[in-house]
Amino acid sequence: MKYLDEYRNPRLAQSIINEIRRIQTRPWVIMEVCGGQTHSIVKHGIDRLLPDGIELVHGPGCPVCVTPLETIDKAHVIAARPDVIFCSFGDMLRVPGSHGDLFTLKSQGADIRVVYSPLDCLKIAHANPDKKVVFFAIGFETTAPANAMLVFRARQEKVSNVSVLVSHSLVPPSITYILQSPQNRVQGFLGPGHVCTIMGYREYEPIADRYKVPIVITGFEPLDLLEGTLMTVRQLEAGTATVENQYSRVLDRDGNVPARKLVNSVFEVSDRRWRGVGWISKSGYKLRWEYREHDAERIFEVKEIDTNEPAICISGQILKGIKKPHDCPAFGTICTPLTPLGATMVSAEGACAAYYAYGRHLDKQKAEAAVLLGGAA
Amino acid sequence: MCLAISGKVLEEFNKGGLRMARVQFGGIIREAALDYVPEAKVGDYVLVHVGFAISTVNAEEAERTYKLLEEMDQLTELNAPVVEEVSARKPQ
Repeated sequence: MKYLDEYRNPRLAQSIINEIRRIQTRPWVIMEVCGGQTHSIVKHGIDRLLPDGIELVHGPGCPVCVTPLETIDKAHVIAARPDVIFCSFGDMLRVPGSHGDLFTLKSQGADIRVVYSPLDCLKIAHANPDKKVVFFAIGFETTAPANAMLVFRARQEKVSNVSVLVSHSLVPPSITYILQSPQNRVQGFLGPGHVCTIMGYREYEPIADRYKVPIVITGFEPLDLLEGTLMTVRQLEAGTATVENQYSRVLDRDGNVPARKLVNSVFEVSDRRWRGVGWISKSGYKLRWEYREHDAERIFEVKEIDTNEPAICISGQILKGIKKPHDCPAFGTICTPLTPLGATMVSAEGACAAYYAYGRHLDKQKAEAAVLLGGAA
Repeated sequence: MCLAISGKVLEEFNKGGLRMARVQFGGIIREAALDYVPEAKVGDYVLVHVGFAISTVNAEEAERTYKLLEEMDQLTELNAPVVEEVSARKPQ
């Protein structure tokens, strides 16, 4: 496939790794922000191909992971109603709330449907005028234009039986939050390529400048990720801290202006809670007042729900790059993708789930077995 | 979740006031809204996320980036050993 195969060329991957090795003089910690990048890095083993001392840590950029448990529980309350058709992207259906996941609820008779595009909800609403169609509008900036278009079109076409349960997160406030942590280890960032396809990267420039960290907006293919890492290491070695764009075939500094315009007309920035992390100021979107008739939380008046996360889970520290999945005693033992305890295990793009999917929990078991065998000998 | 896939615009049409396209991804053809990429035309490669094209792939930039990597490969291939696991892996 054009623009895909070229960026998976193993010979060129090797030459980038050689170049990183050639210029590196000391250890560096670099965070990839986006869950899609985390998945690609672990799938292709990119972190293990890098020279010793170049450590990749995995950021909070998986929207399924950071959707608060309370919001998932609210989705369950709404989806269980007999007058509701609840629509969602597929990833969200497997995430357990306090009382099971949406798939289980569906098997018990709730009308829950997976959609390819948010616009599918308009068709469903037209075909079911006696039902209330609710869309679980989750995502980062990448998905906001698609979700905003659903709400915009619903209002424009006066489709009154469509509403959205909004759980939208924004990347730059989460990066700032990580950099402000007293325990922060991150020295450079691979910026999220598809988030910046919408937003451009102007808003990352003051962050790079203020916190003196290089930020390289990076794509998702193996060569993209390796080249982004090389560009970051070059800056770290040179002592510079600017925003660079590795993914120039897809985005420029201004991003997608028409998409951003529609997003800003439908959503406004609000404080929000991130699962595993807590509240981050101005880090999400909520519907503007003009669109309140499509706000599912307002329509269904779901009360605030108290939830508890297991104390053993260290996903908050993993999302901030302070710890790795192997540092958790529950990883791969009592916490697996089938029985997730927290944010980083609930979606394939979470660091723990990606490590598990590509067999890295077995490394931990092997290491523990080696210790036991060594002790016995 | 922020996965976006590049595909080729095969044809354009209007559906309920939205500018839509049939887009080919390898062997699969799906519909995508073109409202956010007013510049996209038949034959272009677009990046599609949840049914919306969000960017037109810039062919010149794609080639420029790749050429730079190839040049670096020619410069560095003499001064470093080949790591087995990379060279043994087939492109996917």
